[in-house]
Amino acid sequence: MTPRARSHPWLMLGPSLAAWVVFVFVPLGLGAYQSLFSWDMLTEPAWVGGANYAALAEGGELWRILGRTLGFSVLVVGGSMTLGLLLALLLDRPGGLFAFVRGAIFSAYVVSWVAVALLWVLLLDPDRGVAAAALRALHLPRVGFLSDPAAAVPTLAAVTVWKITGYSMIVFLAGLRAVPRSLHEAAALDGAGALARFRWVTWPLLRPTAAFVATTSLIVSFQAFDVVRIMTGGGPARATTLFVYAVYEQVFMNLSVGKASALAVVYFLVLSVLAALQLRAWRSQTPGSRGTAT
Amino acid sequence: MAVADTRLEGDGDVIGASSRRAPSWATVLAIVAAAAWVLPYAWMVVTSLKPLDEIARDPTAPLPAHPQLDAYREVFAQIPVARYTLVTVGVAAAIGVLQIALALPAGYALAKLRFVGKKTAFALVVACLLVPPQVTFVSVFLMFAKVSLTNTFGALVLPFAASALGTFLVRQALMSVPDEIIEAARLDGASELTIIYRILAPLLRPTLVSVFLVSFVYHYSDYFWPLVMTTDDTVRTLPLGIALLKEPGSGVRWHVVMAGNVILSVPVLALFAIAQKHLIRGVAGRA
Repeated sequence: MTPRARSHPWLMLGPSLAAWVVFVFVPLGLGAYQSLFSWDMLTEPAWVGGANYAALAEGGELWRILGRTLGFSVLVVGGSMTLGLLLALLLDRPGGLFAFVRGAIFSAYVVSWVAVALLWVLLLDPDRGVAAAALRALHLPRVGFLSDPAAAVPTLAAVTVWKITGYSMIVFLAGLRAVPRSLHEAAALDGAGALARFRWVTWPLLRPTAAFVATTSLIVSFQAFDVVRIMTGGGPARATTLFVYAVYEQVFMNLSVGKASALAVVYFLVLSVLAALQLRAWRSQTPGSRGTAT
Repeated sequence: MAVADTRLEGDGDVIGASSRRAPSWATVLAIVAAAAWVLPYAWMVVTSLKPLDEIARDPTAPLPAHPQLDAYREVFAQIPVARYTLVTVGVAAAIGVLQIALALPAGYALAKLRFVGKKTAFALVVACLLVPPQVTFVSVFLMFAKVSLTNTFGALVLPFAASALGTFLVRQALMSVPDEIIEAARLDGASELTIIYRILAPLLRPTLVSVFLVSFVYHYSDYFWPLVMTTDDTVRTLPLGIALLKEPGSGVRWHVVMAGNVILSVPVLALFAIAQKHLIRGVAGRA
């Protein structure tokens, strides 16, 4: 017979729950409420109902923000997962060199976004940048990495991939190390080459890891803000105004709490739908198992 | 927690098709990959050592002709580096400590106690995992503004005091601690708080170190939250100060900005070099 705990479990959860109520649940509700008002933080808020949502949808701005953010996310998730998996396969070897390279790649994930964004603004500078100099040396046409509206989102995505690939590499490495070596040996004895072994042994066992990396990178890419604010300020011609930056712009530049809140509500809904879809894909892929590394 | 065993300091017994000698193509590709990540850092350092006229004349010269530390002196002259660093480290450390202090009892309740509403409580934790601060910042900012708490430590620390991820990881780690330890302590008359902070916490050391380090590094580097919660210099953090070195309009003084970048990055990179194992476990532990 287990002696019962003397203090109530809810008391132990209390401090955490209180913090979450104040800083997560109340703000969520408050945001939804504020989205129904027009408020510039100076005069009194005025009830407008769904007008903020209508105004955002009317000019198509909402869909443009959503499309841009989704496009950015596809590039970031696809890029960082592909690169992270390839690097994990390449660098899963003993030896000091490989350990150093793993560390070097992961270090970018640890360093501040501010440092990374500022550094890449310099590297991509049309006059002073190394990238532009390399294009000149190869007699390739000039690319306005951050000044051409068509190039700006892919450029920010590439910088983000550089920053977060270390993360997916680390998680894939953990997944790879959970693949039993005996399976590889058995497949090799059956005459399977390296590619066949990857296709039929490694990849099926790595799929839960891949689904997990996809979910987390998707959420990270949807939160992109620092890179936009520091590298482009949402420009050129609003080409890089991603979701979080759009919310920030509404509240701190346009002083429109209502529209900012409406955008945040939509942002939250999109995030929830994406997370739910990902979770479902994750579950259906791995009947009965809960991922490799839980 | 298979991940807890993951070692990334390549020692010999790595599982997988890797115990043979690395083929030379793999070595070559690894060096290329290293270059893609190390050279940008090198460029940051090189640029910070160049005098302004060299950057203007030949911006892509691989090495400074006359290396100098003027840019660093200028960073220290332009912004109060020591104060910003103190604020940043204070905020990040306070968040890390609070997260552990709160996650321990919460994780304990979820892992080891039976009570009505446990499933609901756990669902709440998972729900919080899915709500990033980018969703709530407008309302939180207005709440703090209402009680005049913007531009304070509280605004930077309190919203992160409870960590859903930390709670989750503490719970996971506690699941593998045998109940007998807790029962024995109870029979000895230990209070629940003694059990949590005196008996279980030392057993969870690796998990707690990882949770603290991941949180510390994240909040030391964070730009978004301090930016939206502060409007003046009172509790400005280092990432904000460094970002301000690149003032728009006037020509950017790249050697100063890069010197700022070095000042911002070196402590984190040093911490990473020392505690790589714990950091990686913490990050991969989300899996």
